[in-house]
Amino acid sequence: MKKLAFGLLIVAAISACKSNSDKKYLPIYGSKQAVTKTVDGKNVTDTIYQTIPNFKFVNQYGDTVTKKNLDGDIYIADFFFTTCPSICPIMARNMLKVYNTFKSTGDFKIISHTIDPKHDSVPVLKKYADKLGVTGSTWWFLQGKKEDTYSLAENNYLVLVKKDNSAAGGYIHAGYFVLVDKQKRVRGAYNGTDPKEVDQLIEDIKTLQTEPDEMIAQ
Amino acid sequence: MKYKVAGLISLLAVLISIVSCESEADLDFKRYYSEGSEVYQTHCQNCHGAKGDGLSALIPPLTDSLYLKNNQSNLACYLRSGLTGTITIHGKTFDDKMPAADLAPMEMAQVLTYINNSFGNKLGVITIDRVNADLKSCK
Repeated sequence: MKKLAFGLLIVAAISACKSNSDKKYLPIYGSKQAVTKTVDGKNVTDTIYQTIPNFKFVNQYGDTVTKKNLDGDIYIADFFFTTCPSICPIMARNMLKVYNTFKSTGDFKIISHTIDPKHDSVPVLKKYADKLGVTGSTWWFLQGKKEDTYSLAENNYLVLVKKDNSAAGGYIHAGYFVLVDKQKRVRGAYNGTDPKEVDQLIEDIKTLQTEPDEMIAQ
Repeated sequence: MKYKVAGLISLLAVLISIVSCESEADLDFKRYYSEGSEVYQTHCQNCHGAKGDGLSALIPPLTDSLYLKNNQSNLACYLRSGLTGTITIHGKTFDDKMPAADLAPMEMAQVLTYINNSFGNKLGVITIDRVNADLKSCK
């Protein structure tokens, strides 16, 4: 009898543990590195996650935007061009939903990179934003050197979707919305043409917003 | 009395033929409409939306019955060659380019019939004959 009670106690303890760790946590993507350093004479191992490197683009207002301008923000990155007739209107329609959900929360941004900088000049992007009904500084349309945009997309934002994508024109045209946390780590990628995935993205942004701010160990 | 019966019968016959005629036209309409729905999903929905609601000020909605009514004979031409310039839909102007849709005349008739009778529009059938005639007089 005592044994049974003890067993029950253990089961209870385990299940309590389990429900504790059930709190939703979004995975962190990209390469990681274990770094061991000595703190107060003890060896401490820390994991350093891949973060988005610095970049320099221009937004629809003609202002320079670098990584610093996203400090303290959860943000979504995507890739498009204004004259794209196929999936971009669907992406824009879905992104508008995300924009309208979070535009007044203050710690949130969307950056849409044009992959056709030759056509999509600053005035073209401004007109596009205006027509879409986007105002203020929650949603930036970014223009820059094509190779910079592609490099960021391929090496950083789209690391998750790189492997299994055979979409025409490559995965950069595949319409992904990439979710990045305040520490500039990729936390998810969602098919921007699928309303269900976009709803999931909205939920995941809410989850991220409840995450305590950590210091970046860099 | 005989005449009356005969009259009644012929009246009935006329009525029946009218009704069956209508139902044949009805059937035609249904065929056009359901095929048109498929064409719409494949070629139009990305931009104009599942409910024909367009996209902000970028892509016009397909819910302006008056515009559609006034442009019935131009619609096939818009599909074939695309549409540039400024148009006014529900009192708002749209000036972005609509690309041409690569559609056969029959598909045009189907999708136009679908649009004519969806999203709150009630504008009837656009037949393949109508489309062929309209395409001849495109500007």
